[in-house]
Amino acid sequence: MRFILRRLGFYLIAFWASITLNFLLPRFMPGDPVSRMFARSQDRMQPEQIEALRKLLGVDDRPIWEQYIDYMHNVFTGQMGVSISRFPTPVTEVISSQIGWTLLLGGTALVIAAVVGNLLGILAAWRRGGAIDSALPPVLVFIGSFPYFWLAMGALYLFGVVLGWFPIRHAFTDGLEPAFTWEFIGDVGAHLVLPALTIVLVSIGGWMLGMRNTMIATNSEDYITMAEAKGLRPGRIMLRYAARNAMLPSVTSFGMGLGFVVGGALLTEVVFAYPGVGYQLLNAVQGLDYPLMQGLFLTITAAVLLANFLVDILYVRLDPRVRSN
Amino acid sequence: MTTALLKQPTQPTAVRKPNRSFIHGLISNKKALTGMAVMIIFIALALLAPLLFPGDPSRITAMASLEPSAEHWLGTTAKGQDVLALTVHGSRSSLFVGLTVGIASTFIGILVGLASAYFGKFIDEALSLVTNVFLLLPGLPLLVILAAFLPPGLGTVILVLVVTGWAGSARVLRSQALSIRSKDFVAAAVVSGERAGRIMFREILPNMASIVMGTLLACVIYGIGAQAGLEFLGLGDVSTVSWGNNLFWAGNEGALLTGSWWVFVPSGVCIALVAFALALINYAVDEVTNPRLRKIKTPKTTPAKVERSAAK
Repeated sequence: MRFILRRLGFYLIAFWASITLNFLLPRFMPGDPVSRMFARSQDRMQPEQIEALRKLLGVDDRPIWEQYIDYMHNVFTGQMGVSISRFPTPVTEVISSQIGWTLLLGGTALVIAAVVGNLLGILAAWRRGGAIDSALPPVLVFIGSFPYFWLAMGALYLFGVVLGWFPIRHAFTDGLEPAFTWEFIGDVGAHLVLPALTIVLVSIGGWMLGMRNTMIATNSEDYITMAEAKGLRPGRIMLRYAARNAMLPSVTSFGMGLGFVVGGALLTEVVFAYPGVGYQLLNAVQGLDYPLMQGLFLTITAAVLLANFLVDILYVRLDPRVRSN
Repeated sequence: MTTALLKQPTQPTAVRKPNRSFIHGLISNKKALTGMAVMIIFIALALLAPLLFPGDPSRITAMASLEPSAEHWLGTTAKGQDVLALTVHGSRSSLFVGLTVGIASTFIGILVGLASAYFGKFIDEALSLVTNVFLLLPGLPLLVILAAFLPPGLGTVILVLVVTGWAGSARVLRSQALSIRSKDFVAAAVVSGERAGRIMFREILPNMASIVMGTLLACVIYGIGAQAGLEFLGLGDVSTVSWGNNLFWAGNEGALLTGSWWVFVPSGVCIALVAFALALINYAVDEVTNPRLRKIKTPKTTPAKVERSAAK
């Protein structure tokens, strides 16, 4: 319990740090980016909307601590202002309409990469020097050296443009009504293949090598020798004795991996024009849409922190040593 | 290093031996050799770029979107620039930013890690907290936000990459420094009244040279990759020629949709080759310093080997 509370405190501090960063950035950056934004889009907005945005981004004359308290209050009550590039939709509405796509893309890719990568790692460590152990790691490390977005471009070019097997942009075909029909789900699935594939390809090597290296250490433990001496089946020793005990670092990486997936998904989404939060973040940057940018950053941060907290709870469940002290 | 050795007569043999075998192991390691060969080629290309392709590489020299030919080995872009010249010149900015970011983040990592491990207590708690917060904040979105608010330019790119990249190295170096901090020779140095800075940089730091090298390599890989990502999003300095900007323009000019694969393939392959070469050197450093990861040829001879090295 104390462990959980400590972690919770830590995540709250991390979240506070990102809010404060968000608060400080538009106020202390040289060149006054916020005024530039207002100059570009002033004529489309109502006076009271401009006033609200000025407060949010700090273009007013009140003392800084008063602005800070106001800002905190706004963030925790979900008042993030209106989007400039999608005027006059509120920022929260823009985000909630798009976060689902990122979760779908990132979640699918993360789960596939973690499951397949860990299984490969288990097999590689179990047959040290075998085919999987000697051939796969260099190949995967080499693939992992390519930038995410470049592999995405390559996949788009090869499978989308040249071969024409998969659609190359958006999350579903234009004009199709989102509904729970097989036609729509199949269409979404087809659009998901290329973006998810590139994320899986790049991240699978890390999972495999991490699992392999931990499991090599586990394999030399006495209880493995004991299990072998008892005459248990090799498959059972591999999965129930060795892999189970080597899993813990992978569980931690899963939480960390979420951060990478959100980041990786950002570039992949941009290449495939996939309508998730990453793609929207870039659009916001290009449209000088600071309220939306800030809202997106806070949402992504909150999601990553929450995921890590859930992993911590799972960790307590898995590792009795954490529970006892 | 040498002064530290002279001060403690019992240390020299223990410290010097693994170091000599470290360099020897690195030179006789195939991965390390391949990696270093690739890096030397790229560094040579970067240095010789103005001689090989004199003049501004982004000037328009030919027809647009030409396929690779004898005249333009890698074809031309949609604007009519020579892709080979852009790629070779691009290595200058990419390697420079990668190295600068790598060195700067490793340096901050060393400072934070050593201070954490040496002073402990409150300072350690505070520094670890900051490190962990930076590790947890999603890197790329943070990069994008910072780059969007700061004025565009090469300095911004480097600054932003260092801000998001130092935390990982700080964590690794702290845990290594902690284990060295608890060794007897550090306690001896503390008792003999050496200054904190001297103990940190002359006693502890030389003993973690291989970890520092590993972290530096990882940071350079991060720097090159993240710069490319940032520039691909159009958030870098669009006027410079670099691998990331080449890819940005390739995407912007629709090279994918018109089928001009030769425009976007070279820069991506270069990034991957450099990152792979550095990763190879990194794995080699790991293998040389961590005997568990070394390839075991015939398991039966291992006990004998251990005995022999113990006898030495």
